Amino acid sequence: MARITAGIACSHVPAIGVAMDQGITDQPYWQPVFKGFEFSRKWNEENKPDVVFLVYNDHCTAFDASVIPTFAIGCAAEFVPADEGFGPRPVPVVKGHQKLASHIAQSVILDEFDLTIMNEMEVDHGLTVPLSVMFGDRKPEDDWGTLVVPLAVNVVQYPAPTANRCYNLGKAIRRAIDSYPEDLNVHIYGTGGMSHQLQAERAGLINAEWDQNFMDELVNEPDKARKIDHVEFLRETGSEGIEMVMWLVMRGALDEQVTEVHRHYHVPASNTAVGHLILENHA
Amino acid sequence: MTEKAYDDIPGTFVFDADRSREGYWLNQFCISLRLQKNRDAFKADPEEYLSRFAMTEDQKQAVRDRAWNRLLELGGNIYYTSKLAAFDGIVFQDLAAIMSHMSRDDYRKMMVDGGRSIEGNRYKSEWEKK
Ligand SMILES: [Fe+2]
Repeated sequence: MARITAGIACSHVPAIGVAMDQGITDQPYWQPVFKGFEFSRKWNEENKPDVVFLVYNDHCTAFDASVIPTFAIGCAAEFVPADEGFGPRPVPVVKGHQKLASHIAQSVILDEFDLTIMNEMEVDHGLTVPLSVMFGDRKPEDDWGTLVVPLAVNVVQYPAPTANRCYNLGKAIRRAIDSYPEDLNVHIYGTGGMSHQLQAERAGLINAEWDQNFMDELVNEPDKARKIDHVEFLRETGSEGIEMVMWLVMRGALDEQVTEVHRHYHVPASNTAVGHLILENHA
Repeated sequence: MTEKAYDDIPGTFVFDADRSREGYWLNQFCISLRLQKNRDAFKADPEEYLSRFAMTEDQKQAVRDRAWNRLLELGGNIYYTSKLAAFDGIVFQDLAAIMSHMSRDDYRKMMVDGGRSIEGNRYKSEWEKK
């Protein structure tokens, strides 16, 4: 049977991808960011997933203002890294697990979560940066070393789905994966955040104390974390901090009790607080 | 517009359904600049290119003026307006500096020192006292 063995939370700051693509990760500005990923890459090597279920948001790349699905699951055979205005990132094409993706879509929709199904989709830094964090440098001619099932969540237009809705969707995804007959080691990623505001006069806002507390709650008291409302996210973590609802999908798909094997937090990467967790399921 | 629970957050335009409706063509104009052929067309004849999108005159003027905060006020969203900034060769962090009325270096230093503090930046009333 397929099983979810671990959950990974990870910011997906585009500048992290740029720093890797330009080979400047050992510069003093970037060194502390990437130092915190060294353990993760080793751990990932030792616990290699067959499939990553990757929860991220599209930044007006695959979806412009004309279509805004709240939850969209990628069921395509492959997902090409998009040109976000500076040419596509020089990284491998992302390969899907089509059978698992369509199984999850079917199971989750019958579980009353009405997903949008994407049979063609380009992916942006929101999806490729976390893969780069965990799998390290990969060239376009390489492969990522894992299959990926993407789930794009709207966090651009208010309101994003609530933290609680995301958490419950995570539980439905867990039920779907648990009922898939093929033997697969699945990791689930919740990406984005942490505190950051990219717009207007409050741009640059960071709330490190809130972020750390959020990580504690997410790991140990998810019933508290899933009750955080949108206004708290907006006020306390900046208008783009709302991305953290995606971490709740990941948490919902894990056991009630998890083991935190790694935590990394650093300010700044560009305009953003970088947060990263690796959580293992017990079973 | 009715009053909203997030209206009292200072220096922030929450991109909600009202803003999305108002800003639709402005945002579609901005995102069109993701593609080279559209950037070429906008560069060659800005007014002609702008006329292809059903924006209000205020929105067009804010585009001409590169009035970054005004664009957000008129329904623009940062992930869209940043494409116009990129067209001008302005990177994200420098755009953030401009929007918050800081020099490039001061903004960068603020971020390296831990970012803009949450203290004093939660409520509009805190800004009015300043
Ligand atoms: Fe993002």
